[in-house]
Amino acid sequence: MTRRPLAAMLAGSAMALTANAGTAQVEIEYWQYFFDARVTAMEQLIEGFEAENEGITVTMTTFPYADYRTKVAAAIPAGEGPDVVQLFYGWLNDYIEADLIQPLPTDAFPPEEIDETFFPMVQAMKRDGAYYALPTAVRSLALFYNERLLEEAGVEPPTNLDEMIEVAKATTETDNAGNVTQVGITTGMTAQDHHWFREVLVRQFGGEPYLDDYRTVNWDSEAGLAALEFYAGLEKDHGVTASGFMDEPQAAFKAGRAAMHIDGSFRIGSLADIRGLNWGVTELPAGPDGTEANYSSYWVNAITTKAEGERYDAAVRFMEFVTSDEAMQTWLDVVGELPAKPSVGMTEENAGDDVYGPFIRGLENARTTEFVNESAQRQVLVDMVARTDIEGQPLAESLAQAAEEEQAIIDAYYAE
Amino acid sequence: MSDARPVPLRAAPARPLRGLYGRLTIRQKQIAWAWAFLAVPVLFYTIIRFYPTGNAILISFQDWNLLGERTWTGLENYRVMFADPVFWKVFVNTFEYLIIGTPVSLVVSFFIAYHLDKARFAHGFLRMLYFLPFMTSAVAMAWVWRWFYQPVPIGLFNNFLAQFGIPQIAFLNSTTNALPAILAPAIWAGLGFQIIIFMAGLRAIPTNYYEAARIDGVGNWTILTQITIPLLRPTIVFIVVFSSIGFLRIFDHVFNMTHNNPGGPLNSTKPLVLMIYETAFTNFNMGYAAAQTVVLFVILLIVSLIQLRLLRSD
Repeated sequence: MTRRPLAAMLAGSAMALTANAGTAQVEIEYWQYFFDARVTAMEQLIEGFEAENEGITVTMTTFPYADYRTKVAAAIPAGEGPDVVQLFYGWLNDYIEADLIQPLPTDAFPPEEIDETFFPMVQAMKRDGAYYALPTAVRSLALFYNERLLEEAGVEPPTNLDEMIEVAKATTETDNAGNVTQVGITTGMTAQDHHWFREVLVRQFGGEPYLDDYRTVNWDSEAGLAALEFYAGLEKDHGVTASGFMDEPQAAFKAGRAAMHIDGSFRIGSLADIRGLNWGVTELPAGPDGTEANYSSYWVNAITTKAEGERYDAAVRFMEFVTSDEAMQTWLDVVGELPAKPSVGMTEENAGDDVYGPFIRGLENARTTEFVNESAQRQVLVDMVARTDIEGQPLAESLAQAAEEEQAIIDAYYAE
Repeated sequence: MSDARPVPLRAAPARPLRGLYGRLTIRQKQIAWAWAFLAVPVLFYTIIRFYPTGNAILISFQDWNLLGERTWTGLENYRVMFADPVFWKVFVNTFEYLIIGTPVSLVVSFFIAYHLDKARFAHGFLRMLYFLPFMTSAVAMAWVWRWFYQPVPIGLFNNFLAQFGIPQIAFLNSTTNALPAILAPAIWAGLGFQIIIFMAGLRAIPTNYYEAARIDGVGNWTILTQITIPLLRPTIVFIVVFSSIGFLRIFDHVFNMTHNNPGGPLNSTKPLVLMIYETAFTNFNMGYAAAQTVVLFVILLIVSLIQLRLLRSD
């Protein structure tokens, strides 16, 4: 499993050549939040990087997710902490504004080349013509299905929304009192459904969820209403789901009480360990007119403002290394997260993989919502559905109210 | 004697110090030493309690997202807060927890303590059973109750109802039922402590009052209302103060039982502490969170002062 050195790739960079000339010891620091598989993968990458770049050592420090932001914020302005830092894509604006990270040098990371070689949603990391951060791996959505339940019902995994409803009807079970005891498809805006609604359903019903680089909410439209009617109809009209069924959607799927479940590629690892659960994955169902869409999120690495001089050069080389094709393959093998470049993702082996394939193929149509506050914006959609569900508010009214609330969150953020 | 002169000169620099302490009276020395020892807790409280409190009040007039500079915004955070319907919803919720939780837990714990006090059979064991929930981790308890409340097929209560063909009750997925449903385990968890305090209070009432009452041929009800409850007044006041502060600061039960939609549905269960937590650590709006903290501080201060006044009028 040793990875071949990337001499060819690095030779292209002038920065790399100058750094090679010096033999002085440089130590750079890398920070990420603690997640077992990611730490293992990064350890492998660091080993490979150090073997190739004599004179540079990389020290990795990890923190629990809950403390991560506070630690980064306190350390960098004090001249301590990381030279290369990992952050969630949605935090980019905050990090740039707080002067914590610097743009990637355009000679080592030409923006046009990145535009071309990475999956398109990565362009969300570009500001004023320069990239500030790049991912090693990305995540997307797909439809998980329970093979046994589909087989018992004699149905095939769906390819579009109509088929999805039929499959769900065939696999839903109720008791004598009419209580749902097994759902055809899980729902819950608290999980991944708010992404499915925004970037997938709204587009599939002919809408454009946001305008002006995600600064104007645009899903309060006919398409948005059609999308919400479809989503709410799963429970209200078709009775193939129940909100809050078994507490959490993924719990219902894991317990074998849900035939279908939309979730992110990060769920693969935890499903793989469930004994007795035979599951498969297929791409998200296409819309009424065949439109395919997907949502992608990712963690990125960036060079901090603390990195200067030879540490900066070393940090640039490290960034080049962790965004290389080989690093992405390692990340897929170890963590199970999808490569951020088609050159790695769309290889026959990866795109044809039974498990990863549907996620990777989904990346081609994937978009990344530029959240200003993901949890607050998710809450807006959670409440939108709850109002219609619990308080009986008409769908159109609830949709309009939710759109207004989300616009207020976005406006407040950009007003500063 | 000529060489005696330089001696005091050389000693001169040290002398004022030693002299200063030496000139003190014994009482002053005692005071100096007392302060030397008191300095440890005083410093501790200043650094660990008063400095952060002052700082929080300061931040409440600023805008800060944990990453960038703090900028001065004056009363803006307070203006936003008082104009925020969610804040008022949360404000009402917080008092609902207090107004339902305190009397219910008071009556239930007194009722149990009163009867437990009379029980002779397995007294210690019964007392332990009531005290056990108090020692259990609130997080674990909240999760177990959250599962109890689920709809069919995993919810204990709803499975039971469904077996008899009774329609399911939406315990947590309801804007009206969710708050009492969350409050119930919170009350139950605090019961053990209150029962122990009540029992100690009951034991402290001199038995000769009861003997005198019995000789006069007074009934149980009169004994309860004329002797027991009036003499328990300090205990009752203590428990009211203690549990009021507890319910005003309720957090872990709500946070864990509504984990996917904190304080939901539709903010119907959100208490002030949970709102503060969310504002600070998911929205990273530290200034606004600090302003909410100041409000909580003022509420707790007022409630405590009222109750202290009641205590003093004893």
